[in-house]
Amino acid sequence: MSIEATYMGSRLHIEAADADNLAYFAHCARHDFHLQSCTACRKLRYPPTSACPWCATLASEWQAVPGTGRVHSLTVVQSALSPAFREFVPYAVLLVDLDTQLGHLESDDALRVIGNLCTPDGRLAPAGDVGAVRIGRRVRMVFTDVAPGLALPQWTLDDT
Amino acid sequence: MSAGAHGLRDKYAIAGVGETPYVKGAGRTTRSMAVEALRRAIDDAGLQPSDVDGLMSYQSNDSVLSSTVSGDLGLRLNYFADVYGGGTSIETLIGVATGVIEAGMCSTVAIFRSMNGYSGLRMSGSGAAPAAPMTGEALHSHVYGWQNPAQRYAPAFVRHMHDFGTTSAQAAAVRAIHSEHASNNPKALYRQRVSVDHVLASRPICTPLRLLDCCVETDSAAAVIVTGAARARDCRHHPVLIRAVVGRVSKPRLDMHFQSGPIALAAGRFGSDRLWAHAGVAPHEIDVTGAYDAFTFTTLMQFEAFGFCAPGAGGTYVSDGTIRLGGKRPNNTSGGQLCEGYTHGINLVIENVRQLRHDVDDSCALGAEGRRMHTHDYREGGCRQVIAPQLAANLGWGGPQTASAIVLRRE
Repeated sequence: MSIEATYMGSRLHIEAADADNLAYFAHCARHDFHLQSCTACRKLRYPPTSACPWCATLASEWQAVPGTGRVHSLTVVQSALSPAFREFVPYAVLLVDLDTQLGHLESDDALRVIGNLCTPDGRLAPAGDVGAVRIGRRVRMVFTDVAPGLALPQWTLDDT
Repeated sequence: MSAGAHGLRDKYAIAGVGETPYVKGAGRTTRSMAVEALRRAIDDAGLQPSDVDGLMSYQSNDSVLSSTVSGDLGLRLNYFADVYGGGTSIETLIGVATGVIEAGMCSTVAIFRSMNGYSGLRMSGSGAAPAAPMTGEALHSHVYGWQNPAQRYAPAFVRHMHDFGTTSAQAAAVRAIHSEHASNNPKALYRQRVSVDHVLASRPICTPLRLLDCCVETDSAAAVIVTGAARARDCRHHPVLIRAVVGRVSKPRLDMHFQSGPIALAAGRFGSDRLWAHAGVAPHEIDVTGAYDAFTFTTLMQFEAFGFCAPGAGGTYVSDGTIRLGGKRPNNTSGGQLCEGYTHGINLVIENVRQLRHDVDDSCALGAEGRRMHTHDYREGGCRQVIAPQLAANLGWGGPQTASAIVLRRE
């Protein structure tokens, strides 16, 4: 079944035929991050794809992945496009190296998961946190609930 | 070396170039502008419309198609194609044009880009909100307020600063130098010279980009004519030969290229060896460049990718005077997309064609036969003709993940 939702003033749509994204976001909705694991080479990939980028095998299965990592790069947006995001500037978009599979691929490759810097309950982080985030900072995954079957993976500062 | 890989070197030429004014608010259709740019390019070549039997364009669902334009000009085509895309397209399509002529499919190809990039679809996304819902890949990108090119490329720029110590001031030098060039280009949209300090004091957009790090959204159309070298010798201007092309070279994981590193290095490094081998020259032999300047940072990353400097040394290369008029290898002497106008790269190629003709359209006085008497005095409002350039290279950018390049030679 397809999913229609509204988030930050934008309409989101996952069509019924998009089984990979439906499964991905269903796991997120349970706050239980999963990625596709190739049935042949066992490598994980992000985001959902129709084949394995490493060996082109079509089949995959969903595997739980810990939501921990380190900021690889980022941008802090001061001039937002959509009115909804404008209320939250500055906001940070983080590109995060997952701890999982790090160093198992080519030396500069990693599972790099996009998300906003958020509070632990999944709201866009206040300016103080945005100003403090740097490359190399530890972060952990949190979720923003959007609709039944759809939550967005996000990041929050990990002080543990 | 047998024919084939290098067999087309210098066999084809760019014989004509044309454009409409670079403006904000053209008040015209992309169809009207495309037809004018093509007519100007055909006239510039000294050809008749009936000589053009191939037509190509590139666009982002924001422009008129070849099939409409051809009728307006009364062309009967033996080949046409419209390609989706922005930066990297012009170099690629010039290469494709040489291929289809070589295949015997047609004899002379016109390529155009027409865009109301200010009045219509704005690449910054600051125009009308998109009607279509976010789906597929956008659910892993746009949904996070990570949408337009500035936002999407910024992590590569930030990582470049982290890995190599590149500074905002070094990048800002690109804008400052291109603004000097634009001050000598009467048709540039922004002719006012700006300093590095002006760039650093401009409004923040998204780290590390400020307003003056970003190109100028423009309404315009531009066109080039590709034909055989022999035919070009009978055209109006000194032939500019196509030495080598690489087009739409991509990084691994083109879809989500940040999965594959190093993210601070651009895709051009995957095409550099092929480009220079086919061109039969090295970067240090190039006299004038057209490194894509959608943003200040894209320019310095392109120079690294195509071997004009070492990886990580782009910040120094763009700020040490090399790329300034009068420097060792000036870049975007028109002012580029940061100042002349943003056309997804075609104007940067047109400028270098004019440089290699030794006849850029600056304010120098006209002499006999309508050619300018260039003074090579690069002060504000003066000349922008490089002294006797023989080789030019354009380095196209479609994001950190996609690159193109072309090497041109004055016959």
